[in-house]
Amino acid sequence: MDAALALIVGKYNYWIYIVLMMIGLYAVVVKKNLIKKIIGMNILQTAIILFYVSIGAKKGATIPIIAHAHNGGGEHVIHAAEYINPLPHVLMLTAIVVAVATLGVALALSIKVYKQYGTLEEDEIYEKIRES
Amino acid sequence: MSQHFPAIIIVIPLIAAFLVTIAGWINRRYCMPIAAFALTTALYGAVRLVLQVMAGGAVTYQMAGWPAPTGIVYTIDALNGIVLVVVSAVALLNLVGTSQIVARNYADRLAPFYSLYVLFVTGLLGIVITGDAFNLFVLLEITSLTGYALIGMGRTHAPLASLNYIFMGTIGASFYLLGVGYLYLSTGSLNMADIAAILPSLYESKVVLAAFVICMTGLFMKMALFPLHGWLPNAYALAPSVVSGLIAPLTTKVMIYVMVRIALTVFTPAYTFGTLGISQAIVWLAVIAIVMGSFMALSQKSLKKMLTYIVIAEVGYMVGGFWLANRTAMTGAVLHIINDAAMTLCVFLAACSIRFKLASDRFENLRGIFRKQPVTMAALVVGALSIIGVPPTCGFFSKWYLLSGGIAAGHYAFVAALLFSSLVNAVLFFRIFEIGHFEPFSRHGHGPAAERINEAPVTMLVSLLAAAAVLILLGLYSGEIVTNIIDYAIPAQIS
Repeated sequence: MDAALALIVGKYNYWIYIVLMMIGLYAVVVKKNLIKKIIGMNILQTAIILFYVSIGAKKGATIPIIAHAHNGGGEHVIHAAEYINPLPHVLMLTAIVVAVATLGVALALSIKVYKQYGTLEEDEIYEKIRES
Repeated sequence: MSQHFPAIIIVIPLIAAFLVTIAGWINRRYCMPIAAFALTTALYGAVRLVLQVMAGGAVTYQMAGWPAPTGIVYTIDALNGIVLVVVSAVALLNLVGTSQIVARNYADRLAPFYSLYVLFVTGLLGIVITGDAFNLFVLLEITSLTGYALIGMGRTHAPLASLNYIFMGTIGASFYLLGVGYLYLSTGSLNMADIAAILPSLYESKVVLAAFVICMTGLFMKMALFPLHGWLPNAYALAPSVVSGLIAPLTTKVMIYVMVRIALTVFTPAYTFGTLGISQAIVWLAVIAIVMGSFMALSQKSLKKMLTYIVIAEVGYMVGGFWLANRTAMTGAVLHIINDAAMTLCVFLAACSIRFKLASDRFENLRGIFRKQPVTMAALVVGALSIIGVPPTCGFFSKWYLLSGGIAAGHYAFVAALLFSSLVNAVLFFRIFEIGHFEPFSRHGHGPAAERINEAPVTMLVSLLAAAAVLILLGLYSGEIVTNIIDYAIPAQIS
């Protein structure tokens, strides 16, 4: 019990991302409404962004700007361990842009779908396709 | 100049994509020539790079002079050099072939169309050339997003099909990103060569195992391996015919290239095929993909829909051949990436030409098509023979390597599936030829009334004939391709 608790508490960032990801996956697969599916897809992407952001963080570290750099900074020894890792965060800037672009394209297409069928419920759309 | 070819291949089409949009404001007639110029440059650069690789081994290019592993590196070796040529050549042939049809059907949307088209090809070229795992994800999404938009331009149910593709495609890409995240977590690097150098000491780690499995699952989704293929048939069949000749030959093939790259370069063959122990299971998946793809193709009633299921079966060929893990089968799989891109282009161009003239590709409308569109059908026959695997077309040779590889590996189910699929392909295409050539059966004792030739625009015919000629040339020179390029593309550890 204690071991399981330690596993959950100690690695809570991974648990959160997995739970979020599964919520997103569930919504994409199960929900019938196209907008809900799109939201699910976005939650899935956000979960992975959170995962990346969390792996860059360190306990007790500061933002990755070299302290005391105004007077040259050269005389101070820089300990990488004192700074959080900025690379995953920078990567996620790109991933956020990608996620926003995907969301935009998906919403644009769902407008087209709505104009065409007059509904965003998947089962109703398929019914209309079968009828035609 | 020549040392900058790796950058030029990406940068010129990327800039051209924006120039096309600007040209659209000034004069829409400039859009297509700019796109054609960009893709020709890319093709020229790709050919020069392959020659460079053949002469002096792998080429490495540091973007903006930042050395690896900090900077992004473009690496060109025998494997991706040849895929670069295939991507740019197929895209250029399809661009030229469909130009008159696009000018007529999409006259009001020329600039966005060509802009998306060139951006799509840029993304594919970038995926193939990059040596950075995260860069690959970004370019993958560039390709996917432009692909969704291009498919969404189609009529009838295309927007819905495109939306379904977005859901599957985004999940696939997210899985790939997650896999790369795990790789970064365990190695602290995103450069493929650097990861490959660090990984061997970590092969026991569960994190690395998770990274591999998650990456592969994402890629299988993107390449539409059988149980994850749901998005492909509708998206490709309902896409405008002028883009299905671009998307269908290239997307799945480039994804298979990425699978090969991750499995062989980022991980070692010893890990992928030895430690992991999932090769057999994936070959079986491929067997199911081939059989199911063939069965579903049999039940289709229109040409393009049928071709999409053949694409699914062909994905099974390449995945199966690769995971058989012997040299012959892998040669077949890599050769099939080239051949399948060429033959899928040929048949989809023919489908585009038919749909342009008939406004339909349902089988019952294809009666007398040989008399109406003799050139198109001649090209379709060559493409079909290649897909069936009749020498001297190229399809025969890659299938031969795959079959001998399957026998060498003792995986007779794969061999049987390949033969079964070839037979089914023969049935599929000869059914079309029968409808097109012999129906309507004459009732009055005379032959059917002579119908006038009503062919597609001349650029389409030129492209079709070029594609058909390429199929035969690839077949005739397949020995040279294998000994000069593909032998170097497959690592020496694989016997």
